[in-house]
Formats: sequence, structure tokens, C-alpha cells
Amino acid sequence: MSELRRVSDTPAVEELADGTKVFRTAQWSPPGCHGVGCGLRVFVKDGRLVKVEGDPDQPITNGRLCVRCLTLPEYYYHEDRLLYPMKRARDQRGNPEAWERISWDEAYDILVSKYWEIREKYGPDSISVWTGTGREASAYQFQLCNQVFHSRTAIHANGGWSCIIPRQTAMDWVLGCAYVEYDGAFGFEDRYDDPRYELPKYMLVWGRNPLWSNPDGLFGHSVIDMMKRGTKLIVADPRASWLAMHAEYHLQLRPGTDTALAMALNNVIIEEDLYDHEFVEYWCYGFDEYAERMRTMPPEKAEEITGVPADDIRAAARCLAQKPSTASVGLKVDQNPNCIQIGHAVWGIFAICGNLDNPGGVKLGQTMKNGGSTGRGGVGMTVQKEDENPIPIAGHEQYPAMDFIINTTQPDCTLDTLLTGSPYPIEYLFIQSSNFISSCITQQPMRWLEACRHKEFCVATDIFMNPTIQALADLVLPVSTALEHEGLVTFHGCNQPGQFNALTKVLEPEGECKSDLEIMLDIDHRINPDRDPSEKKWLDTQSYLTDKIRSIPDVDIDYPTLQEWVYGQYEVPYKQYELGLLRADGKPGFKSPTGRVELFSTVMQHLGEDPLPYYEEPRFSKISRPEWAEEYPLTFVTGARQVTSFHTEHRMIDSLREIHSYATVEIHPSMAEKQGIHEGDWVYIENPWGRCKMVAKITPVVKEDVISCDHGWWYPEDKDKELYSVWKSNINELMPHKEIGKLGLGSHYGAIPCKIYRAEG
Amino acid sequence: MATYGLMIDNEYCTGCHSCEIACRNELDLPKGQWGIKLLELGPWKKLDGKWETKFVPVPTTYCTLCAERVEAGGVPACALHCLADVIEYGTLEELAVKMAEKGKQCSMFLP
Repeated sequence: MSELRRVSDTPAVEELADGTKVFRTAQWSPPGCHGVGCGLRVFVKDGRLVKVEGDPDQPITNGRLCVRCLTLPEYYYHEDRLLYPMKRARDQRGNPEAWERISWDEAYDILVSKYWEIREKYGPDSISVWTGTGREASAYQFQLCNQVFHSRTAIHANGGWSCIIPRQTAMDWVLGCAYVEYDGAFGFEDRYDDPRYELPKYMLVWGRNPLWSNPDGLFGHSVIDMMKRGTKLIVADPRASWLAMHAEYHLQLRPGTDTALAMALNNVIIEEDLYDHEFVEYWCYGFDEYAERMRTMPPEKAEEITGVPADDIRAAARCLAQKPSTASVGLKVDQNPNCIQIGHAVWGIFAICGNLDNPGGVKLGQTMKNGGSTGRGGVGMTVQKEDENPIPIAGHEQYPAMDFIINTTQPDCTLDTLLTGSPYPIEYLFIQSSNFISSCITQQPMRWLEACRHKEFCVATDIFMNPTIQALADLVLPVSTALEHEGLVTFHGCNQPGQFNALTKVLEPEGECKSDLEIMLDIDHRINPDRDPSEKKWLDTQSYLTDKIRSIPDVDIDYPTLQEWVYGQYEVPYKQYELGLLRADGKPGFKSPTGRVELFSTVMQHLGEDPLPYYEEPRFSKISRPEWAEEYPLTFVTGARQVTSFHTEHRMIDSLREIHSYATVEIHPSMAEKQGIHEGDWVYIENPWGRCKMVAKITPVVKEDVISCDHGWWYPEDKDKELYSVWKSNINELMPHKEIGKLGLGSHYGAIPCKIYRAEG
Repeated sequence: MATYGLMIDNEYCTGCHSCEIACRNELDLPKGQWGIKLLELGPWKKLDGKWETKFVPVPTTYCTLCAERVEAGGVPACALHCLADVIEYGTLEELAVKMAEKGKQCSMFLP
């Protein structure tokens, strides 16, 4: 059984001698973060936010806090914050001078009347809801789209859905469980000292920099806590991150060649007979076929492909076969057409070594009360309502597997749909906290902008004006910060054990800001006034949050109680597959068709994909495109995280810009010398798709023929320039459209050829 | 009377900058001024192929060792907020013992 526990008796509010009130609360967004739920002590004097500190009572962060929360007052009182709803005539899109302040009532009247008008004209699926990755708004995207607007057009404008969904698909189909993570003892009161816990001997960090990305509710610096206690690292990354430099083995692979490396690690474990025969026999399906496939990738062959020495592959594999060992597997798995195969082969290592859901192993995500994870018809799910609409969601006809995977349109096909109106027009854009024309989520963002520019109606919600809103919106709604509204933050929706915290409204909203949840409920009350009153979640924010809490297994408290607690800590048992907790039918085993870990995936076979991992050469590498090699000798990777920003956010915060001032590109010293580039020079990065400009950082953390480029940059200070200079450092303009995997997942956000040269002046 | 200082575990300092901003909040310093500043050594690859790389946060002459916070029963703002938990406050005697226990890659500062 899972368990929720109050972790601190400290009152939620205390008053200091000078009258300052100190509120305890947890953070999610905005400003953005991945929902780690860091504990805050918020100092408020005479209604004014004085400072924000970390709260030692938070059981995972223990008072630690990153610079983004430490600068919250700067964010809260920033002069550029959006404070009131504003409208602009449709023919004035792009004109920053054309905005006019209006009331919330007028704003809702506009967006609701446009809703009925466009729905009448083109059908409900012409209404689309877009959400920025990781923000609190993402918790409401499907409800707003499906249940409030009655549309199926939820959009994540991310080529190949290259953010968590490919990994989640591999978890679902191969491991037969929800979101997996390394076991950092997050659910235990005594954390690493809990007698049930065992420290991993090794952690495989793959295509991820958790220190700065804190992905999906993970407190990334817990890796450091574990290293101090003795966990050793194996890091697979084309770039020497801090973790890679402190690893036992850094497997510095050629960008995009991940599957070859993962297969070779399996190869060593199988050839040297280091795997767990008992676990394989009892709990795995298709080992023989899997082993046969892995034999096709000996370390020497992988060395040729990846550039990682065969001896290092062997040594790393011998470490990972030890028990317990765990994995921290990141976004770079998704950003590759070969994505599912990478996930399959990487987690396959831990499956065959019996390192699944054991103490200190790979913690398997628990199954929610509805049996599901993310998709509409996901494997092993209890499908609540069959979709009987004969017209498929955008892109699902071309990529039918999407129907089994996720409740959104297929992203790349969505761009085609926006341009062609097939299979249905999309004419109403509701954009929640997403700045998708900056260099983050979309590939070739200028095309996305052009595809959206002439749509009939666009409304956006956010805290600051940004390039996407400035370019596209007719109506903008101001969103409140995490300090100004109520919410709930858990570790990946309680798939994983850990934080179970309340966001408390400790300050009155600046201006007339509202939370994403309040906005959704307000719209719902206008569009669906006749809801059955027994559907309590639509009543108000507290009812909604209580309903959400109660959808989590073994939890029956209400939201006000959690607010009083501030922090809860949630346990998920080990070895759920033995306890019958993973499957909807309550039987032991995994949530897969065979009930086992499917090393040979019957689901992939059913969908016409190879049921076993295979290596696919990056589509624009020197091997795939030798004719480009001379003119574009370098390969870029993108997305390396900085502590000073969350994707496209935080660029207007002076204290953070003082630490990291401009978009930077990391260049190896010998390459910089060849190109006559010096530290701090502005340089162009160029390839056949486009060109952008960044500041050179000369460092040996990248290999000579690789550069690492920042993402997410725009320049809020460039108020007089077109769309805040969003194209200046826009590396996503240099990426191809729709170069995705067979099932519609995974796209190249790196492993792309380019050249660099100094920008004069 | 005992003398107090800060001990930094340089092996695990990841360069998160939390000390810099937490300190600036505490001392109410303007942009461009720091009560503790992160310095970076390297990275470079050594002859044995391993990396030499270090972050070293250095308290400046603004540093008061957070006298008021400590008096109220707290710890210095840099020590509380450090993401890698590598800053410790204590008497020089206590810190010297901890340094000896740690045995490598640490530093002690008297601001």
C-alpha cells in the first residue's frame, strides 16, 4: 500500500517580532520549474513580499533553493509583468502598441463568443489548447481541451513529441509501468537511512543533466547527496557535464548514436553472463530474441559507431550489472528518431540485471486509479470512453500508434494540419504558458508562426509579454505566480514517491492576475453552466484540487488539510510487480500484454515496428550525408540546461542575466583557434536550414567537432526590435521538420551538421 | 572567544550560484556587488585523462558570517541554500576537524 504522511508540525504561518509574516509553501510555477515542490519560507511585511528563503522542513530539498526562487521578489515586482487582461484587433497582431486593457468579464465574453462562433463554423476540434512543457498549466491542458472545450486538439508543438513521451512509451510497452526514476529514497521519512532502502552502487546518467534540469519533479541535486554517500556514476553524454567529469566512466558518445552504445552495454552483460537469470526467467518475455539482437552489437562495433572505447563500454557494463544499480535517463533519449529503441535498450540493461523496483534500483512508476498513464488507449489501461469520432485527431491517421500513446495531436502533422486544414481546420488557439516561437519546443519556429498567423482567434495566458504572444494573440490573460494562487505539486503526479505539497496563496495577486486553474474554471462555468452538481471538481479551485488528490491511490485527505500540512511525503512500495500493484486486474506482473517486462515488445510488433532495439544512424550525420561534411564539419547539440532559466523563462530577471547574460555556444579550444574565435565573441552557427548568433564559450567539455548551443533565448530588453530579437539566437531554426521515428515519435534536436564563424561587429 | 568561519567542500560544489544570490538578499547588496563569489578553476583534462575542475565560492569583505541569522538560531544564508550542501559554518576548530575527516579538496575561509 502507498502511504501519505505529514512531515512537519511547524505552523504554515508565523509572525516575527517586527510584524513580518513568514508563510511556508511549495513552489511549482510560474515562474517555471518542473514541479519539484521546493519548500519556501516567504517573508511578507505590510502586504509586501520582502524575501524568499528555503524551508528546512521540506523533506527532500531541506532548505536548499536555486537562484530562480531566490530571485522571486524581482520577478514578482517586475515592471513588465502582465497585470490585466488586454485585447488587440486581429489585424494588429505583432504590434506592441495596439494592446488595450479590458476587464475579465469582457475578456471572457470575447473568448467564449469566439469559441461558439468557431466551433459552430468548423466543429469542436477546431479549438486547440497549447501548453508549455513542465509548467503548472500542463496539469490542466487535457481538462481544458477535452472537458471544458470538448475538443480533441490538445497540442504539444514539439517535433516527434520529443519530450518524455518517447521514454514514457518505452516504459509503458517494455517495462509495463508508469514513469520510472532512480531510487533516491524520496518517499521515506528518514530518506537514505530508512532500513528498507539500499544505496545504488552505480547510477547510469543517460542524456540528462539532472543538476540543472530537475526533470518532472526530481530534485536533481539528490544525485550529489547519493554520490557523497558512495554511489558512483556512469554518464553517457556527448558533453562533459559536471556529473560526467565526476563519473567513474564518461561515455562521450558521438551525438545521436545512443542505441549502439546501449546495445553494446547489453551485449557485454549477456556475453559475460552477468545478468540475473532468475529475474529474466520469472519476469521477462523474449530474452532469447533480445540477447540475439544484442549479440549483433559487440563493443568494438559500437566503438566504431559511437567513438566510445570498447574497453570503457566493457568496464561500464560490468559496473551496471551489479546490484543495486539504477538509472537517470533524460530528454536526449526522446530527441532522436531512434528514441524508443534507446529507451528499450537502456532500461533493458536494468531489466535483465534484476534492477527493477528493488531497493536502490530503477523505481517503477505506480499505476493510477484509472489504470492509466498518459494515452487514451494506452496498453493495459482501463479506457473510460472510446473515441467514436470517425475523423482521427490531427496526425493520428498517419501515425496510428499515437492513439495508444498520448492524448494529443501528432505534433509534426499538426503543423501540416495548421497549413492545410486537413483533416480539420484549427482556427482557435488557446495558448497556456507557451512561448513556442522561441528556440525551445518547435523546430523551424518561423514556420509555426506563419502557420498560426492568420488563424481566426488566438488567446494566450502568461506572466510576461513574450514573442509568441506579441506575434499572435488577440487577447492576453495575466497569470498569477505560484505565491499568488493555490495548487498541488507531486512527483510526476505521484507516479513516483516523494513530495506531495500544497501551493498556498501567500500574497494577493498583483493587478488582476489569476491562476491557470481559476481561468479554466471561470471558462468552464461560462461554457458548461449545466454541469451535474455531483461533479464537484468544477465548483472551485479547492474542490478541483481535492478531487485531484483523491485520484491518487490510497490518499483520501482534502486540499485544505494538505494546505495545513504544507508538505506531505508519499511512499510507493518496492516490488509492485510481486504485490499485484501494477496491473489493472490486480494480478502480479507488469502492465504489459504478456504481464512481463517485454524485452521482445509485442506492442511494437503489433504496430508494425521492430519488436527489438535497433540502431539507426542519425539522419544528417557525416555518414548519412557525406556530401555535407566539407561545408558543415561540426555537429551541434542543444538544450544543455542552465540554473538561471527554465526553458524560455527568466530572461527578464536582471540578477539571473548577471550570472548568464546571453545565449552561449560551447566550442572546443582547438576548433576555436582554427576559426579565430575568442572567448566572448559573437559567432554565427549556420546550416542549410538557417543561421543564428550566440556568444562563444571556449571549453574542452565538448569534443573538437561538436558544439553545444543554449536554447530558449529571447531578449526582453529588445523592446524596440522585432519580437524581442527572438530570431537572433534561435537554434531551433536550424533543425529539420518531421524527421521522426516510424511511430511518429522522436526528432533530431541535436546531431545536426553546422559550421561556425565569427560575427563581425 | 572562538573564531568562526566557513568550510567549503570543493569536491562537490557544482557551481549553482545559490550562495551568491542568497547572500546578496541577506546583505541587501545591489547588482554587481557580492558577499560571496563563485570562482571557477578549469576544467582541463589532466595527463591521466581525468578532469581537473573546481568551483570555489569565496566570501568577500562584505561577509558578516550572517551574525544576525546565527544569533537567531539559524545558519548563514549561503550554507542554508547551497544546492549541493557543501558550505558549513562553525568554529575554526570544528571546521579543521571536519576538513581532516574529509581529507581532500576542501577549503576554509575567514572572511
